[in-house]
Amino acid sequence: MKFIHYLEKISGVDVYALSAFSIFFIFFICVTIWVWKADKNMIEEIKKLPLSD
Amino acid sequence: MQVEKFYYDNKTVKMFAYATMFWGVIGMLAGLMIAVEMYFPALNMNLPVTTFGRVRPVHTNAVIFAFVGNGIFMGVYYSLQRLCKARMFNDVLSKVHFWGWQLIIVTGAITLLLGYTSGKEYAELEWPIDIAITLVWVVFGINMFGTILKRRESHLYVSIWFYLASWAAIAMLHIVNSFEIPFSPFKSYSGYAGVQDALVQWWYGHNAVAFFLTTPYLGMMYYFLPKAANRPVYSYRLSIIHFWALIFIYIWAGPHHLLYTALPDWAQSLGTVFSVMLLAPSWGGMLNGLFTLRGAWDKVREDPVLKFMVVAVTCYGMATFEGPMLALKSVNQISHFTDWTVAHVHVGTLGWNGFLTFGVLYWLIPRIFNTPLYSKKLATNHFWIGTIGIVLYVVPLYWAGFTQAEMWKQFTEEGQLKYQFLVTVQHVIPMYITRSIGGALYLTGVFLMIYNLSKTVASGKLIANEEAEAPARSSEVHTHGKEYWHRWIEKRPIQLLVFSLIVVAIGGTLEIVPTFLIKSNIPTIASIKPYTPLELQGRDIYVREGCYLCHSQMVRPFRDEVVRYGEYSKAGEFVYDHPFQWGSKRTGPDLARVGGKYLNSWHFAHMWDPRDPSPGSVMPRYPWLFQNNIDTGITAAKIRAMQTLGVPYAKGYDAIANNDLKAQALKIADNLRTDIKVKQLSATEDGIDLKNLENKEIIALIAYLQRIGTDIKNSGKKQLTELK
Repeated sequence: MKFIHYLEKISGVDVYALSAFSIFFIFFICVTIWVWKADKNMIEEIKKLPLSD
Repeated sequence: MQVEKFYYDNKTVKMFAYATMFWGVIGMLAGLMIAVEMYFPALNMNLPVTTFGRVRPVHTNAVIFAFVGNGIFMGVYYSLQRLCKARMFNDVLSKVHFWGWQLIIVTGAITLLLGYTSGKEYAELEWPIDIAITLVWVVFGINMFGTILKRRESHLYVSIWFYLASWAAIAMLHIVNSFEIPFSPFKSYSGYAGVQDALVQWWYGHNAVAFFLTTPYLGMMYYFLPKAANRPVYSYRLSIIHFWALIFIYIWAGPHHLLYTALPDWAQSLGTVFSVMLLAPSWGGMLNGLFTLRGAWDKVREDPVLKFMVVAVTCYGMATFEGPMLALKSVNQISHFTDWTVAHVHVGTLGWNGFLTFGVLYWLIPRIFNTPLYSKKLATNHFWIGTIGIVLYVVPLYWAGFTQAEMWKQFTEEGQLKYQFLVTVQHVIPMYITRSIGGALYLTGVFLMIYNLSKTVASGKLIANEEAEAPARSSEVHTHGKEYWHRWIEKRPIQLLVFSLIVVAIGGTLEIVPTFLIKSNIPTIASIKPYTPLELQGRDIYVREGCYLCHSQMVRPFRDEVVRYGEYSKAGEFVYDHPFQWGSKRTGPDLARVGGKYLNSWHFAHMWDPRDPSPGSVMPRYPWLFQNNIDTGITAAKIRAMQTLGVPYAKGYDAIANNDLKAQALKIADNLRTDIKVKQLSATEDGIDLKNLENKEIIALIAYLQRIGTDIKNSGKKQLTELK
């Protein structure tokens, strides 16, 4: 299999890393906010699942 | 609400539990054997199937995919049914999954011992087995999904998320890394070459640790630790953050295995940054596990199950603290290629995977056999023997690692390297001996466990179908306060799977794709030419014998390495290397510039008995290379496979390649036949056939060894041209 080099230069490759980091960061913030605001009773209920079988 | 009666399948759980114990013993015995061979090479009895290079992949594959693999399935089949309040989806699929996996393991072990290997660490199994793995993995996936879909519990507990993400990530890693071109029923060449192969391989290798050895076991920790401690996990909120952050960040960290190599610098830096970030979710998970025991530490004193689990979680914490540290370039330049890495890995495998498996086995077997554990005292003894075994295993290897790095880098006041490589090997032999004692102790503990559990099994009776009751899953959704988006996904397994896959795919894609697409990443070197047919055959022998497991082919740009080995390695040198052979450990010296360094006769004598030219060497003998003929029948297929991969052999070269092969072989054989050393050897030793020398595998291997790294050496730096 031959890999064709579509791009000539390495410049601009930081876009890949930055975009991935941004996706992660935004997602991480969203998860954290949800976790913060999630209903306490529901969390307690799920938490006890392994002990309820 | 109507309560439904159903039965949990404990029989499959039992079979996976037995399999994990059985393969644990086999894998650890293989490990012990090669640990002893590192200071007593004659243990291989001069047979190929017992030699380090062939047994080492059996050890790693057996402990990862057989011991831990069956351990995962045991944990998943037990906990998933109970968390879903449903029997496994399909009993036939459970059977196919179990027996299919065992068949893969047996075939894998046999083929590896016979020398059928892809030459990529932890992914050594060849293409037919790779396909079988994919099929069985799909069966496991269907069985797991089916169970989740027919569940009676609306919430998906965090353990199930870990199982789902592990399944998706392993599927992706396995398929991408196993891209290969077969040229015979059991052999293939990697679809990638050199730098790209290295990046894909370590993206896979690192994430095999992440998604095979870590995330499924975290799922098990979140289920079995609360069970054993009889209290819920410390923070369920933390477990959610732990999950998402871990699976996202893990996938990026692979390039930390390639620091200071010929991998493009930006990819190395990315690997380091994400590795350091990984510390946060890993320790979040570890603390969550340990805090679960708050107020229950008195139980740890009494209960061997909790003892195992506490040490397991602690080892997880130690390994995941050390990992990011090792990913720092300044630390990595010392640790890489030394035994430090081996010690690090074994804190994780012996401590985290091994001890968690033992804890779960001690907890689970008495329950499914409805009888108390035969002897708590024996289990406690196992715990202590195992713990001492781990300490005796890892401490000498850390010491060996520091020693190697120090000795390799020392210069005299006159600016000469202070130590020959062989001196550094001999210096760490006492550490190797102690390590094998540690390993033997750990294995002794496993035998104690098997005795204890077999007595337990004998005194009870398997509840093959365990009765349970639960109300049917209500179609109406119970909300607590306001519904948030995460609540939406957390009840929908398929969306959760897809989302997890996207999260892990982002890292892989954004890291690997640019390396494949950008031309300037792999500067083309005009003097780099494809291997001759004889060298190609020799290279395949090099791969078959697992030489890469002790010898690297990667000179890093450090003063000591350049002085010891020669010009540092360039990315463009490896464009025809399917697979790459950079290696990850230097039990022996680097070979990236070995071509032309010694006479043919030196290699000849060295492969016959390494201790002849290098007294004190711990390398095994390879007498079978002097008996086996080169398989010229396969040369054409090999050339065609290489052509398919883009290696520029002329059209139709496959038909005439053997002519070149024979001519080159004859030249080397004639050279050897006139050598006084070779004549002496053939006169005094049995098994050296000077008459038919040109047909023997040793000639192909010498041809390859004499070629490695010479294209740059001979060309001078002028020809190092970067195509714009």
